[in-house]
Amino acid sequence: MENKIEISDLRVHYGDTPALNGISFDVHPNEILSIIGPAQSGKTTLLKVINRTLEFTQGAKVEGSVKLDGVDIQTIGDVYGLRRRIGMVLPLPVGLPLSIYDNVAFAPRTAGLRTKSELDEIVERCLQQAALWDEVKDRLDTLGTKLSGGQQQRLTIARALSHQPEVLCLDEFSIAIDPVTTMRIEEVLKSLQKEMTILLVTNLVQQAKRLANRTAFFLNGDLIEIDTTDVIFSDNPTNQATYDYINGSFG
Amino acid sequence: MDTNIQVSPGAMFTETALDRQKRRIENVVRIFLLVVTSLMIIPLLLIIGYLLYKALPVLSFEFLFTNPKDNMRAGGIWAPFLGTIYLVVVSLLVSAPIGVFAAVYLNEYARENWFTRITNLAVVNLAGVPSIVHALFGVGAFVLFAGLGESILAASLTLAIMTLPVIIASTTEALKAVPMSFREACWNLGATRWQTIRRIVIPNSISGILTGVILQVSRAAGETAPIMFTGAVFYKAIAEGDLFAYNITEQCMALSLHLFTISTQVPDVTEGIPYATAVMLVGSVLLINAVSIGLRVYLRTRKKW
Repeated sequence: MENKIEISDLRVHYGDTPALNGISFDVHPNEILSIIGPAQSGKTTLLKVINRTLEFTQGAKVEGSVKLDGVDIQTIGDVYGLRRRIGMVLPLPVGLPLSIYDNVAFAPRTAGLRTKSELDEIVERCLQQAALWDEVKDRLDTLGTKLSGGQQQRLTIARALSHQPEVLCLDEFSIAIDPVTTMRIEEVLKSLQKEMTILLVTNLVQQAKRLANRTAFFLNGDLIEIDTTDVIFSDNPTNQATYDYINGSFG
Repeated sequence: MDTNIQVSPGAMFTETALDRQKRRIENVVRIFLLVVTSLMIIPLLLIIGYLLYKALPVLSFEFLFTNPKDNMRAGGIWAPFLGTIYLVVVSLLVSAPIGVFAAVYLNEYARENWFTRITNLAVVNLAGVPSIVHALFGVGAFVLFAGLGESILAASLTLAIMTLPVIIASTTEALKAVPMSFREACWNLGATRWQTIRRIVIPNSISGILTGVILQVSRAAGETAPIMFTGAVFYKAIAEGDLFAYNITEQCMALSLHLFTISTQVPDVTEGIPYATAVMLVGSVLLINAVSIGLRVYLRTRKKW
């Protein structure tokens, strides 16, 4: 089986401050890979490398390679196309100051799609997938920014799905939403797994345990351990630090 | 069982000495701030009131639409009024697009490096240059070097140079008010910088941008020094009531200079005329500022987050 993403010896510095110190691992197709680890361990940086939005951060320097379907992402000419192959959901919900409809139609439109019927179809499908359709179907023309936090986060997920990504990256998506909504989205992710590969950065180790096929533990810019979730959450993962972190007896 | 606890509000909240002192200080501060604020408003009201009182006998539509007569001792203000409109419109047609696009570049595209640092430094310093210096620059650059001669064009370009840095600064402020997270969300969706700017950043900062530009109208209309040597004349008769009476390659009259002339250089001016001229200058500026405030209020009610 081909790997979806291959990361080898990835190093990132912000000026003189290292963020990732040479990490290597593969992401398998259609798996949910969760990435856990404390703050400052380089998880968010990793996601920004993958969709090349780290290029907007001044002073960030990337070495090593990230391959998507075997192609080094640095060699991809159409960086905007690359970003649309990767869905990104950030920790805090961001409803763009547009209508709900326009929020979801934003990415297809920037990619050049103008046909109303196709846009309608995408908007409905993505809002359905993000478990938001029933709540907003009668008011698609209201502002996305006026929704509640949990609804905005599902809107963000719908938006990330609107460009039919091959890889969906979620960066602590449940930080600003209630547990019930979180569980609904987790159900959504499980069903999306059939269609795409999911990278799930999370601070909730139980969430990783519930969802992930495999789990990677990051610490201070190093990949400490990556293995199937069963092994990572067992009583004897390879590394003692992993066990300590998961069981809350860290440091 | 009924626990019959009754607490009268007075019993719990008896004023202590400290409370009384706090209340006294609070009152003193409030009155002091009110007085300071009034000090700011009262002169403005006095000026406008006095001007209006002195100008009333002269003010009329006829005053606005007739040229000055009898060596500027009588008649109206049509030629200087129209001249000021020309100067303001032409200068903003130049400075607004350049200023807004420059600010968009500096804020949305440019990385922090020596070029942007120098540009920002230049903007700040240019905003602090006295207007007479702009005037001399205008004479050198536009009247002489560019060969425009003393003309509406040369004077407008001088005014444009003067208003440009302020427009850049106010536009930058407006752009910075749009949250960074909106931009990041767009980039994550595969939008280019320009798509992000056009669909999200500009629509949500346009009220601030327009306000900054419109406020420069009052500055351009009020300045005398920059236009004195570059395009404004003491007297020039034009067709009355014709909005296209001026040619921008020729000189024009201007309200600010006209007011200076009839107040200090011309003897025996009809009593109310300088006051009426001032009323028209202040009035048009206030009107435009009011439009700007109205626009901002309107756009703010449509604020989207």
